[in-house]
Amino acid sequence: MRDVSVIVASGSFFTLLGPSGSGKTTTLMMVAGFAYPTRGEIFVDGVPMAGRPPQKRDLGMVFQSYAVFPHLTVAQNIAFPLEIRKAPRAEIRRAVGEALELVRLQGYEGRLPRQLSGGEQQRVALARALVFRPRVLLMDEPLGALDKKLRAHMQLELKHIQQHLHVTVLYVTHDQEEALTMSDRVAVMRGGRIEQVGSPSELYDAPESSFVADFIGESNFLDGVALSAEGGGRWRCRAAGGLEFLGVAAVPLQAGQSVTAAVRPEKVAPADEAGEVAPGRSVNSCKGVVEEAIYVGDATRYRVGLGPDGALTIKVTNRLATRPLSAGAMVALAWSPDETRLFPRAAP
Amino acid sequence: MSTAEEASVSADVTPVPDPSLASAERRESWRYFLALLPALLLLAALFVYPLLGIVNRSVYKAGYTLESYRQIFRVPVYLHVLGGTFKISALVTLLCLALGYPLAYVLATCRPRTARLLMIIVVLPFFTSIIVRTYAWMVLLGRNGIVNQYLTALGLTDKPLALLYNQGGVLIGMTYVLLPYMVLTVYSVMLGIDPGLIRAAHSLGASRLQAFRRVFLPLSLPGIAGGTLLVFILSLGFFITPALMGGPSDVMIAMLIEREVEITLNWSFASALAVVLLALTLVGFLGYNRIVRLERIFEGRP
Repeated sequence: MRDVSVIVASGSFFTLLGPSGSGKTTTLMMVAGFAYPTRGEIFVDGVPMAGRPPQKRDLGMVFQSYAVFPHLTVAQNIAFPLEIRKAPRAEIRRAVGEALELVRLQGYEGRLPRQLSGGEQQRVALARALVFRPRVLLMDEPLGALDKKLRAHMQLELKHIQQHLHVTVLYVTHDQEEALTMSDRVAVMRGGRIEQVGSPSELYDAPESSFVADFIGESNFLDGVALSAEGGGRWRCRAAGGLEFLGVAAVPLQAGQSVTAAVRPEKVAPADEAGEVAPGRSVNSCKGVVEEAIYVGDATRYRVGLGPDGALTIKVTNRLATRPLSAGAMVALAWSPDETRLFPRAAP
Repeated sequence: MSTAEEASVSADVTPVPDPSLASAERRESWRYFLALLPALLLLAALFVYPLLGIVNRSVYKAGYTLESYRQIFRVPVYLHVLGGTFKISALVTLLCLALGYPLAYVLATCRPRTARLLMIIVVLPFFTSIIVRTYAWMVLLGRNGIVNQYLTALGLTDKPLALLYNQGGVLIGMTYVLLPYMVLTVYSVMLGIDPGLIRAAHSLGASRLQAFRRVFLPLSLPGIAGGTLLVFILSLGFFITPALMGGPSDVMIAMLIEREVEITLNWSFASALAVVLLALTLVGFLGYNRIVRLERIFEGRP
């Protein structure tokens, strides 16, 4: 792990996002005190954490494996951190009641964890981590073991609880959709480094590297060469098959440099019925052959071959008025240069 | 659709008993029974049948009579020996727990490499005969044994301590022999404790001691229950070690039974003693079961 430096604003939802092995869990464990950085420092509320064991850090933690104590009831689990802190009995009862209400588990006080579903156990773990008002709530892929529907539901619930309590959350996930849904800010990690930190929309609309463009959402990549600067950060580029297009440079480029252009599938539109794409300097366009059409319900995804230039996957929202394209048909495509991100690429 | 969603959908459907499924289940249980059969036959031939024979012999002495049982309860020495047997067994069990629990804890929490090495050390004594090991202890603990030689050489005692042929010797020997049973039973339960739970306890503010006392210890209770039960029951029937390392007053019930069989040739009386031991063991087990509620603990419930 190198050069991981982030500042998490108090009361915000911050996510460390990355593929497995990117160092996100290690970072979280260092904050929690279960792993130690060889160099560098961690501050919580301005207090240095170095040399402090986990139990003295006052950070709530929710684990992927729930880690709910199997021999204690729901109420005993939630009371655990308060009993450790020797809170008065009446205070414990009140706080446990509030925490149960927060995670909507009233009436479950006397149940044992094995009588609960995975989602319910995770709520107990959440209530237990919040009940002692920790300075930061750390969450390590807490929804990873839940099925898809429940996960989506829990994401919103977690977000609401976080906003309700104004608690600072440091969240770890490999699920980019989850990160975008819940976070105020996201740090994308790769190979022990931070690739980019930003709000979800910044990461999606203005990725700073092809890795982020690929990892967050989905991108088409066209390899080419930067030809000339067009002003305002725009560059004219030429793809391998001669297709010329405009894009916005994510980092400063030089003429003649090898680049990769990233375009989101939903930003590329097929031409209208007349087969015409509105001409204009600001629009990129090309012609291709529909190789494959995949109906996915809300939209249809087409893979359009561009010959030697490569291929583009486009996503067209399904409306009654839209004319489906069939495989083998010729189609003209158009997309905006502002939605084309250019990244330097190692020369082949 | 993912398989998880499919599973949840099918789970919502009320299960309808399928006759072909039921018969398949029956075939399945038959197969289990067939697999068990050799063991059951062996148990019947080598355990149940001889046991019945012992029970029969205990009440048969040239005609059916309860004379042997009457003698056990009439002559004080037999009940005294039984009481002593239970006392020594209880002490050995406590010693094994006191020594074995920390050892199992180290085994379960240290690095896997170290754990493997320690495990070999724990299991190694099983490769040697119990008689050899008992004689080894006698060499160590005897009046001129190594332990006493060192103690006097270091000036800790002026005359050799009596470490052998008394209750202390019996306790040392039996604890040594039975310790691995305790360690292995407790260790296997400790291995099943999710280390994440301890980490969770720390994250919630628990110190090492608090995490141990409130989380680890309660979760290891099934191991303690199983280990103490196993060691106690094994202790009750112990013979070689107390016979070799104990004094004249440290007679255990198994030694008494052996004497009746070998020396007085009173097989009926020996059988009666064995039956009384078995009955008391069962009573003890049931009482223990009531207190600890073993079947719940074995299922991992508090």
